[in-house]
Amino acid sequence: MTHDDDHAVWLHERTSVTIVELERTSGLPRDLLRDLVDMGALEPLDASAAEWKFAADCVARLRRGAQLYRDLELETSALALALSFMERIEELEERLRALDAQLPRPPQRR
Amino acid sequence: MKYRDYYATLGVARDAAQADIKKAYRKLAQKFHPDVSKEKDAEAKFKEVAEAYQTLKDPEKRAAYDQLGSAYQPGQEFRPPPDWEQQFAQRDGGQSFSFDDLDLSDLFENLRAREAHGARARASIPIPGEDYEVAAQLPLEAALHGTSLDLNLSVPEVDAEGRVRRVAKTVTARIPKGATDGQRLRLRGQGGKGRNGGRDGDLFLDISLVAHPLFRPSGHDLFVDLPLAPWEAALGAQVEVPTLDGAVNVTIPPGTAAGRKLRIAKKGLPRPGGGEGDLYAIVQIVNPTVLGDRERELFAQLAESSRFDPRGHFKREAS
Repeated sequence: MTHDDDHAVWLHERTSVTIVELERTSGLPRDLLRDLVDMGALEPLDASAAEWKFAADCVARLRRGAQLYRDLELETSALALALSFMERIEELEERLRALDAQLPRPPQRR
Repeated sequence: MKYRDYYATLGVARDAAQADIKKAYRKLAQKFHPDVSKEKDAEAKFKEVAEAYQTLKDPEKRAAYDQLGSAYQPGQEFRPPPDWEQQFAQRDGGQSFSFDDLDLSDLFENLRAREAHGARARASIPIPGEDYEVAAQLPLEAALHGTSLDLNLSVPEVDAEGRVRRVAKTVTARIPKGATDGQRLRLRGQGGKGRNGGRDGDLFLDISLVAHPLFRPSGHDLFVDLPLAPWEAALGAQVEVPTLDGAVNVTIPPGTAAGRKLRIAKKGLPRPGGGEGDLYAIVQIVNPTVLGDRERELFAQLAESSRFDPRGHFKREAS
C-alpha cells in the first residue's frame, strides 16, 4: 500500500490549518473555537485575515483538549486554561529535550 | 456478553438522582482521565467509568439498563432479555444474530440508535470515519530516511447494520523523512472508513525517537559527545567524528576546552520543509584511567614544569 506525501502532514508550527480543519480534527464547533480565540487560548496567524489560519502544532493539543472538554464536561474557560497549560508543558518539554541533548554523558571507562 | 454493574462502577445507589450520577462521574473522571491522571491503570479505569456514565446519564438508556435488574454479578455472562434479541433480529431481516462480540455499552448505543432513527434513515446519513491516534517510536535512521510502519490497532468498527464492535486492524503508515522527538504526523484518510459517503477518518501519530547510543536529538539538531585525550585537546588534532551517514574529519584547534561545541553543518536530521539540522560535537577531555610507566613519567614531568593553574579564579573570586 503506498500513499502520496500529500496525505502525510507534519503538525508543526511551519504548516498551517484553516478553522474548518480545526473543526474537523477536534470535533469542536466553530463558535467554541472562536471563543477560544477570544480567550487567547488559540491564536490565528493573522487575526485580521478574512479566513483564519493557525499554526498546525495546535491540532494535537486541541484534540486532547477537546477530549478533556467532552469527558470531564468542562466549561469553555476551563478548556481555554487547559489548552494554555498544555502549550506551556509542550514548550517546557521541548526545552527539557534540548537541554538534555546538550548534557554530556559521563565519559566511558576504557 | 459480560454483565457490568454501572452503579457500583460510579459508586452510587441504584436510585441515585441524575445530578448525583453526574457528580460521581466528574469526580472519578478527573481522577482517572488518562491525559491528567498519574494513577496506575488510569486508562482502563477511565474507560469503565466513562462506559457506565454513557449509559446512566441518559434516562432512556438508564431505564433500559435497569430492566436487566440487579440479579447479575459483575463479569457474569448474561443474555439480554428475549424481546431485545427479537428486536435486533427483526432489524437484521430475521437472521440470527449473536450478542457475543458486543460490549454491554455497545448494546445500549445500538438500542438508542435504533430508536432514534429507523434503519432506512440511518442508511442515508453520511457518517465520518473514526480518527485513530497512535504513539509511534522511531529509530533516528527512520527520521533520516522516512519509513513504513505497521501499526496494530484495536478499533471500533461499525458494520453495515450500524452495530459497533472492536476489531484488530493493521494499518501501514508511510512516514516521510523529517520526524523529530515529540512531533505529530497527520495521515489524512487513513483512519476508520466513513459510511454512506462520509469522509474517512485520519490517523494521528504521536512520534518519539528511540534513544540512540551516540546521537541525542534536539529538534532537528543532533548532539554527540566527542572524547579527546588531554594532549589532543592541548595540541590540536584531526579526528574522525561519526555522523548518521558516515564519519567526517574534524580539525580540533590547539587549546580546545572541555564543553566546547563544534558545529558540523547539515549533519543533523532533515527538516520537513527541506534543509537539515546540524550536528554538534561536544568536547570531553578524557584521561587514561590506568597509566603506563612511560605515560606516568611524562605526566609527572608536565606537572613539574607547567605553570598552568586551572583554579586561579577561585582565589580571585573567593577572597
